[in-house]
Amino acid sequence: MATSAPAWRSPANWLGPEYRNPARRREIRAAFLFLLPNVVGFLIFMVGPLLASLGFSLLDWNLLSAPDMVWLGNYLELFRDAEFWRSLRATFYYLVGSVPLGLVLSLALALALNQRIRGIRFFRTVYFIPVVSSMVAVALMWRWMYNPTSGILNYMLNETFAFLRLPLRAPDWLQSPVWAMPAIILMSVWKGMGYNMVLFLAGLQGIPRHLYEAAEIDGASNQRQFWTITLPLLTPTTFFVLIMSIIGSFQVFEQAYIMTQGGPVRSTVTTVYYIYENGFEWHKMGYASAVAWVLFALILGVTLIQWRTQERWVFYE
Amino acid sequence: MSSGTIAPRATTGLPRTRIETHSGRRRLLWRNVTAYGVLSLGSVLMIIPFLWMLSTSLKDDRQAYVFPPIWIPSPVAWNNYLDTWQALPFNLFFLNSAFVSLVLTVAQLATCSLGAFAFARLRFPGRERLFVLYLATLMIPFQVIMIPLFVLVKEFGWIDSYWGLTIPLIFSPYGTFLLRQFFKTIPLELEDAAKIDGCSWFRIYWNIMLPLSKPAMATLGIFVFMWSWNNFLWPLLIVSSLEMKTLPLGLAYFLGQYTIYWNLLMVGATIALVPVLVIFFFAQRYFIEGITLTGLKG
Repeated sequence: MATSAPAWRSPANWLGPEYRNPARRREIRAAFLFLLPNVVGFLIFMVGPLLASLGFSLLDWNLLSAPDMVWLGNYLELFRDAEFWRSLRATFYYLVGSVPLGLVLSLALALALNQRIRGIRFFRTVYFIPVVSSMVAVALMWRWMYNPTSGILNYMLNETFAFLRLPLRAPDWLQSPVWAMPAIILMSVWKGMGYNMVLFLAGLQGIPRHLYEAAEIDGASNQRQFWTITLPLLTPTTFFVLIMSIIGSFQVFEQAYIMTQGGPVRSTVTTVYYIYENGFEWHKMGYASAVAWVLFALILGVTLIQWRTQERWVFYE
Repeated sequence: MSSGTIAPRATTGLPRTRIETHSGRRRLLWRNVTAYGVLSLGSVLMIIPFLWMLSTSLKDDRQAYVFPPIWIPSPVAWNNYLDTWQALPFNLFFLNSAFVSLVLTVAQLATCSLGAFAFARLRFPGRERLFVLYLATLMIPFQVIMIPLFVLVKEFGWIDSYWGLTIPLIFSPYGTFLLRQFFKTIPLELEDAAKIDGCSWFRIYWNIMLPLSKPAMATLGIFVFMWSWNNFLWPLLIVSSLEMKTLPLGLAYFLGQYTIYWNLLMVGATIALVPVLVIFFFAQRYFIEGITLTGLKG
């Protein structure tokens, strides 16, 4: 016994007495093997880069020359960087424009679909097509739709305005610093609506029918039923949809990359677009990482606030 | 009795009568009409962009820009599809996308189901802590890790290669979590019998767990495939040569080269959309189930 391996070498010493039981030992070994590929990948491609990214954010590094330690220099620079603030404003503009609109429209569609009508599968399929479509292809498609001279959208809008005798002209959409972001918002709402609709529909179908029957007997109107049964009982779904939509809209990138390249006059440079530019066009790896961490902190902060405030409005049975 | 509009007022405070059910049915009818109206209008708005894409993809260069725009191309320029296919190596883009998506789907199903089995069924020290760590990473946006990931892939010499396009994206805490939740719902009795017979853990995983989890595996597989097929940001960072481009990248490149040929660009968009749409039409059930599953339990 005196010549046995050091204490830490024997699993029995750090896994506890369980390890002396052969069946348990087999189970723990099996678990190790089952998890091995997963955990190795997880550490190398997730946990490692996460920590590294925090480290990178303290560096001044262009990938070619040796990195310089600047400590919090990147973060301090951020505060003075007008382009960074502009990108945050663009991201919030996108968020405020797309989240409420997407929420209301998808809820309206789900309510309409929940009327026990025929063709529910057909409608669900149609609304879901944009969800499964490639964002690049869809952005390309919409860029052509938004074309001010040959696109179908402005033609239909102008025809409608003329028909209604309204003194309006359709905007230049992607060529206009004012309308480019609304154009991106409109397209994104169109693409994401079906996803939230399916979630809302599942939520609606989970509301017990007997509640509506009881309300019916008490003579509650449709509107009354909506405000006092449907909406409160749907709040867990609404909460989930809200959190996911907000997280998603903080990460908006592809639409801007394909449709506007951040223009015109940088009006659609979102925060992720700015990270991309810094890291992969200007090779400022440290600075890009710092922006990414600020974005991450923002996402975490907003999500945390939502968790904290959920008890005020989310109704759990 | 014949006039439905005054019926509600006439019956307030009275027990339920035929008049009231009559007005109820009217109300239901009205509701259905509204629902159909909203849904149909919405469907048209959903479909128009796709029709416009298809229509443009079949117009010749002149018709594509004609004002007012036309919906039915005449003559139908079928050769656009051939021209597009020849303008850029679209068959390569297509094969790259298919290969990368298939590898990612198979590899992710394998690693996720193995890991999920350990989390769901095996007892080992530190299981809960490790699982919480997995859950915590679900919150991390890809943009935070993409820069070190890029540097890592560069160190490995995987830039502009299939290795770089697949390996870093295989390991998915999300997929592991999804399958673990599903495995948890499968009753233990079947495995208990197998355990008494002395089956190895791998046999239990392979012969009992996987066959019972086909719906969950199908759902995850379809989502991974769709996601990889449409993935843009990561390939954008690490692919530089034309031959390694996937379809979304090829499409973005095509846009840069043929900015004014919108008929050909719409052909490109159609090519990129068709495979996923075909899969979607055949496997809709799994898409919908997958979304409600992750949505309500996540």
